[in-house]
Amino acid sequence: MLQFILRRLGLALLVAFTVSFISFSLLFLAGDPAAALAGETASGEDIEAIRRVYGFDRPMLVQYGDWLFAALRGDFGESYYFKLPVASLIADRLSVTMLLGVCGITFALLTAVPLGVLAAMRPNSIIDRIALFLSVAGQALPSFWFGLILIVLFAIQLRWLPVSGTATWAHFVMPTIVLGYYAMPAIMRLTRAGMLEVLSSDYIRTARAKGASELRVMFRHALRNAIIPVVSLAAVQMGFMLGGSIVVESIFALHGAGFLAWESISRNDLPTVQALILIFSMFYIVFTFLADVLNAWLDPRMRSS
Amino acid sequence: MANTTVDPLLEDITGPTPGQMLRRRVFGHQGLIIGAVVVAVLLVIALLAPVLAPHDPYVQNLAMRMKPPVFLGGTWEHPLGTDHLGRDYLSRLIYGARVSLLIGVVAATISGAIGTAMGVAAGYFGGRVDAVVTFLVNVRLAMPVVLVALAVVAILGGSLTVVIVVLGLLLWDRFAVVMRASTRQVRRREYVAAAQAIGASTPRILLTEIMPNVLNNLIVVVTLEMAHAILLEATLSFLGLGVQPPTPSWGLMVSEGKNMMLFEPWLVLIPGAVLFVLVLAINLMGDGLRDVTAPENRS
Repeated sequence: MLQFILRRLGLALLVAFTVSFISFSLLFLAGDPAAALAGETASGEDIEAIRRVYGFDRPMLVQYGDWLFAALRGDFGESYYFKLPVASLIADRLSVTMLLGVCGITFALLTAVPLGVLAAMRPNSIIDRIALFLSVAGQALPSFWFGLILIVLFAIQLRWLPVSGTATWAHFVMPTIVLGYYAMPAIMRLTRAGMLEVLSSDYIRTARAKGASELRVMFRHALRNAIIPVVSLAAVQMGFMLGGSIVVESIFALHGAGFLAWESISRNDLPTVQALILIFSMFYIVFTFLADVLNAWLDPRMRSS
Repeated sequence: MANTTVDPLLEDITGPTPGQMLRRRVFGHQGLIIGAVVVAVLLVIALLAPVLAPHDPYVQNLAMRMKPPVFLGGTWEHPLGTDHLGRDYLSRLIYGARVSLLIGVVAATISGAIGTAMGVAAGYFGGRVDAVVTFLVNVRLAMPVVLVALAVVAILGGSLTVVIVVLGLLLWDRFAVVMRASTRQVRRREYVAAAQAIGASTPRILLTEIMPNVLNNLIVVVTLEMAHAILLEATLSFLGLGVQPPTPSWGLMVSEGKNMMLFEPWLVLIPGAVLFVLVLAINLMGDGLRDVTAPENRS
């Protein structure tokens, strides 16, 4: 087990290192960062001055090394647009995104798991078909459009919920649904498949034979075993969802890290963009690492691959 | 349909041929049929856009701004109304089908070529090649796709070509994963060993033994990734960093209608609904193809 964790940790670090290099090299995709920073009216001398001040005249690998070591200490440089340290900008915004992510995955689990259990209890029943339809439709639903429909319906027509902002819990209801539905189809399908497999096993027959009630069989015996892969899937989905929060946050004007990403991309604020790509990737790497360790801990067969 | 004339008695004795069984599975699969029909219809609409569109999708008419669709009291002159610049909404929708389908097909082709090459190589050669490919897939999955696509498109400047290429270069992960797994299965078959035994070259084995046998799975992933690319393009365009105006992209139309959503919600509802239907149809087709070609993998 320890060996598995160490090997998996090594892989995670290598992935993180490669991602950091890719997000750093975005700077050079833009062509000359000094010219971009100086603006269109700048003279050649101005550009040269900026190049020296920001250190763009040094070899790329040296700049990457500097950037990486500063980033490891939590220093991502200064935002071109906000003229503030990127790290504190992101730190201010991250709590909203984290809260949204936690709400989203909770919503997804609370809806998708019961639906998956119900679907597995009566395969090919009307509930099963509805669940299947919802999961197919959910995958095709554009989240930005879904968000706007919710706004038209619940904020404008019915006036139940506020359109945008972060002031109260009510502001988080629609963003939570829009972010969470995205993870639902996968969780629902996995719960259903896991339950179907577990329900045909011997210990379920034993539990039924001793006269345990159907509810007890479902939740006490079957779901406990079927839920294990779902938990690790949820961890992976959480990593994906945080990356997808950019869409949700921009629709509902939630000023989180996703909104910051959209702002800084629109304004060519590259240091902020680089840092955000790196941070969102780190979340994904950490969550998948935890999911794999959890899997390996619960199921020793997973440790070998 | 020559098989329908076969003597019923004969079929009772021999059972249906594999071809008949496949046809029965295809035509017995509602999702596949519905999905394929909808995709085919939208494809024809996209191809015949200049013939079908009642107006030029780019011509503005400020005197005719935001006319409602015919079912909300508009006229047949503009069956789905006009947008904030007086452009015919139906015509823009029809031309938007071209943008979406073009993006889906080309992006899935680029990412399919990359991902298939990586996945087949990893699955066939194993060892270090496999380790490198698996690592690259891990790196790719770790990067938030919307964020990276937005950033790169913003840096390079939004245009149809840039969006297509960026999506093509980003969406190869599922191809690599699925092709790797399928190739690993096929590689162990006897006919591959037989080809190796008669001294067939590696490229020949890959092309004539491996590829035909992983093609089913490839086609399924192609459809699913087409849907993925179409959704992502719409998302990027909605966020203002994808296809740029005045190109009629459905995502862009939703974005342009957003500001008038309070009074004219149909401006947002119509293009989004069409996008939803197209993506749903492609996904139904992909799921159906998976069920039909690999009944043992049915979920």
